[in-house]
Amino acid sequence: METKSVQKDKNFFQKLLAHPGFRSFAAALACILIGLLIGYIVLLIINPSHAGEGMSTILKNFMTRNSEKLRLKSLGNTLVKTAPLLLCSLSILFAYKAGLFNIGAAGQYVLGAGAALYCALALNMPWYVCLLAAVLAGAVFGAISGALKAYLNVNEVISCIMLNWISLYTVNSVLKDFCPVGYKDTFTLVSKNPSAMLPTLGLDGIFGNSSVTIAIPISILIAVAIWIILTKTKFGYEIKATGYNRNAAKYCGMREKQNIILTMVIAGSLAGLAAALLFLSDFSQWDINQSSVPTMGFNGIAASFLGGLHPLGAIFSAYFIQHITDGGASLDTRFYPVQIADLISAIIIYLCGFVLFIKLKMLKASGGIPQKRPDMEADIKHDAENKKGGDK
Amino acid sequence: MELKTSVGSEAKQNASEYAIEMLNITKRFPGIVANDNITLRLKKGEIHALLGENGAGKSTLMSVLFGLYQPEEGVIKKDGKEVKINDPNDANALGIGMVHQHFKLVEIFSVLDNIILGVEPNTAGFLKKQEAREKVVALSERYGLRIDPDAKIADITVGMQQRTEILKMLYRDNEILIFDEPTAVLTPQEIDELMQIMRNLAAEGKSILFISHKLNEILAVADRCTVLRKGKYIGTVDIKGTTKEELSRMMVGRDVEFVVPKKESTPGEVLFKAENLSVASKAHKGLAVKNVSFEVRAGEIVCIAGIDGNGQTELVYGITGLEPLESGKLFMAGRDKNGKDIPLSEITHLPIRKRSKLGMSHIPEDRHKHGLVLDYSLEYNFILQTYFEPRFTSGAGFLKTKAIREYADGLIEQFDVRSGQGAITTTRSMSGGNQQKAIIAREVDKRPKLLVAVQPARGLDVGAIEGVHRRLIEQRDAGNAVLLISLELDEVMNLSDRILVMYEGEIVGQPDPKTTTVQELGLYMAGAKREKNGEAN
Repeated sequence: METKSVQKDKNFFQKLLAHPGFRSFAAALACILIGLLIGYIVLLIINPSHAGEGMSTILKNFMTRNSEKLRLKSLGNTLVKTAPLLLCSLSILFAYKAGLFNIGAAGQYVLGAGAALYCALALNMPWYVCLLAAVLAGAVFGAISGALKAYLNVNEVISCIMLNWISLYTVNSVLKDFCPVGYKDTFTLVSKNPSAMLPTLGLDGIFGNSSVTIAIPISILIAVAIWIILTKTKFGYEIKATGYNRNAAKYCGMREKQNIILTMVIAGSLAGLAAALLFLSDFSQWDINQSSVPTMGFNGIAASFLGGLHPLGAIFSAYFIQHITDGGASLDTRFYPVQIADLISAIIIYLCGFVLFIKLKMLKASGGIPQKRPDMEADIKHDAENKKGGDK
Repeated sequence: MELKTSVGSEAKQNASEYAIEMLNITKRFPGIVANDNITLRLKKGEIHALLGENGAGKSTLMSVLFGLYQPEEGVIKKDGKEVKINDPNDANALGIGMVHQHFKLVEIFSVLDNIILGVEPNTAGFLKKQEAREKVVALSERYGLRIDPDAKIADITVGMQQRTEILKMLYRDNEILIFDEPTAVLTPQEIDELMQIMRNLAAEGKSILFISHKLNEILAVADRCTVLRKGKYIGTVDIKGTTKEELSRMMVGRDVEFVVPKKESTPGEVLFKAENLSVASKAHKGLAVKNVSFEVRAGEIVCIAGIDGNGQTELVYGITGLEPLESGKLFMAGRDKNGKDIPLSEITHLPIRKRSKLGMSHIPEDRHKHGLVLDYSLEYNFILQTYFEPRFTSGAGFLKTKAIREYADGLIEQFDVRSGQGAITTTRSMSGGNQQKAIIAREVDKRPKLLVAVQPARGLDVGAIEGVHRRLIEQRDAGNAVLLISLELDEVMNLSDRILVMYEGEIVGQPDPKTTTVQELGLYMAGAKREKNGEAN
């Protein structure tokens, strides 16, 4: 009786907010909108008369192209970069479920690129060997951070950040022998070792873009696989238990140290694979002069949070982030400096990190806090049911 | 003076008779009425007990008094005048102070520094410690609160830490003192001392609100008692005209058996044996457990009694495998995966999982740290020790969702675990009592040969304690060994077939539970008495 009367206090909106799936979605949407709004304000400040046009360029991305053919090609380019971004976000998300913050995805990605390109250019290996090499390279660096965390309790964020730089300069110095004389980029695979290029399965034809390869379906399949592992398997159960409460994992006899290492190994492999999926095509070459860690791994953080830390959500968030990044790149440089594209997408990506904060606010608005209460409700319900039973 | 009609006639006669009045307080949360028209009136100079089970609304009511929540209905009066309390600072300004169950002290500060923290007397930012010291010493002498102002909090006993908390309130000239479950951490002797302090404070005109669910203490010290049950006001009684039975009936809503009846024990063969066990301490360089030996037989409850922090925690970590042993050996009888008995064999180097499979269950001391994955659903917590078994995991490594749900529903039914959404409730949202029931269900359902139960009734109310004790006795009567580690003397006296008292990492005595007294146990626990041969068998 009592529960019924108080139930009325919850309106429709509150009930909706009480659903975790909806909260993730709404929070992501809110972040995107706030990010776009701030981006728009920046455009207004720099050049008010073209702000609307600029914003629409960013949002439309490939749709601004003139012909169907060009639009498809441009979409293909976005998808090519979405695949590695998705894998990086899966890498971070997977580690996050085990309570680890794999900021080292960026470095594992770099090492994966180095390993794949070394196998392709120095050893003339076919694409699948290169792919495997990238996975192993990422796994090794993941394992280092994992082992340091498990056995010496070294914070994985610290060890990851240091490994990021180690991997960048290692890869730069190893690949410097594989550039055409006088160039800072490595040889193209087309010119040196076409067998190292990923098969396209006809996707290149569909998009009219030779860079579109099996990387895209592979990344989506892996997202689904990660989702299944995390929710349906014994291994996922152990990983999450370790992440939520390492002490309880130990208490019930899980090998929590091995689980931590294994998690980082998997996270590292995903990031390593991400790089191979991008570089084993004719899309881009490695720049041996780059002095900052590529942003792919870091953007993966934003993509995983924007996707509500859900592997399937990450598919959409990774695409969205790549979409606006590419859209920003096609801003009219007559009105806006080149850097502004990066600034706008950076603002939006930055706001994506606020998803958890907004989710919490929504939870409060739904009356989900304080958390002790539902239990008392259960007690009262229990009593009410007992009484009902007695009446019969 | 303005008086509302809702105020009782008593108040009209003499409004200032009361230090604090909380009148007709109603506080709702979405989905629940946490305080439903509750009235609590604290007379000046009285000790007023607030009694209720977990989740009865005691904490909410105190949060309203401290301005952490605003009630939807009702008024609060101080000395007969209506007041508005918007935040804890308002409460402080009205002279309301509280000793929390978990002390809020800075460990590396001295007693004096802790007392003056936040209200430091100073001139232009320079501390006037001498002035503060004189005031603190005067207060401690006046109320009989023995403290050493210069000792560091980390080095002093729990009892002295509590006295520091009390002095913090007195130093701030608080008139209304709230004690939240103050005896949970004390020895019997310290409890007696606290009771005396409370009486002194009341005699000096302080008004005391004593939150507890320990009936003996309420009967010993309180003048009146207000009882809450499931958010509702049940009544206020004079302690002089009441009994333990009446109070518990008001609190729980039914008759409660304080001592669960049990048959004489019939110990069988030895199921567990510890030989010269030593375990390193986490807190200091030495040993927390020193050369301890004992046995537990089939069909008996062996209780390790002692004050918190005398090596019990480390002893359990050593037995269950959470921490490595420094030296010594462990033996246990168990069963293999086909259910066939394995005779007493050494388990010193077995990992936790193997001990568990052999038939060891462990109800841990800290249910949030070890016992549960709070962000997991209830059903996932039920399978924490058994998720890998073929009944819950297929050969390919997939969880059997349906089997897990059925198993969870069965345990919920059998152990009366209450939660908002049944098997899929997030464990974090459940009350402590139901969380504990879930752990007990999981550990007992494993059908252990040896059940290690560490403070299994911690934080539970009398009704729930009765249930827990029944489970332990059932285990014993089923011919299993039960090793109970308890800080509660009542529990020790009621349940044990044998008692081992631990003091500073050693077993200092094994008084016979049939003939020993609470006083004798207290002496052992405080290290004032010890048997010649510390070894127990």
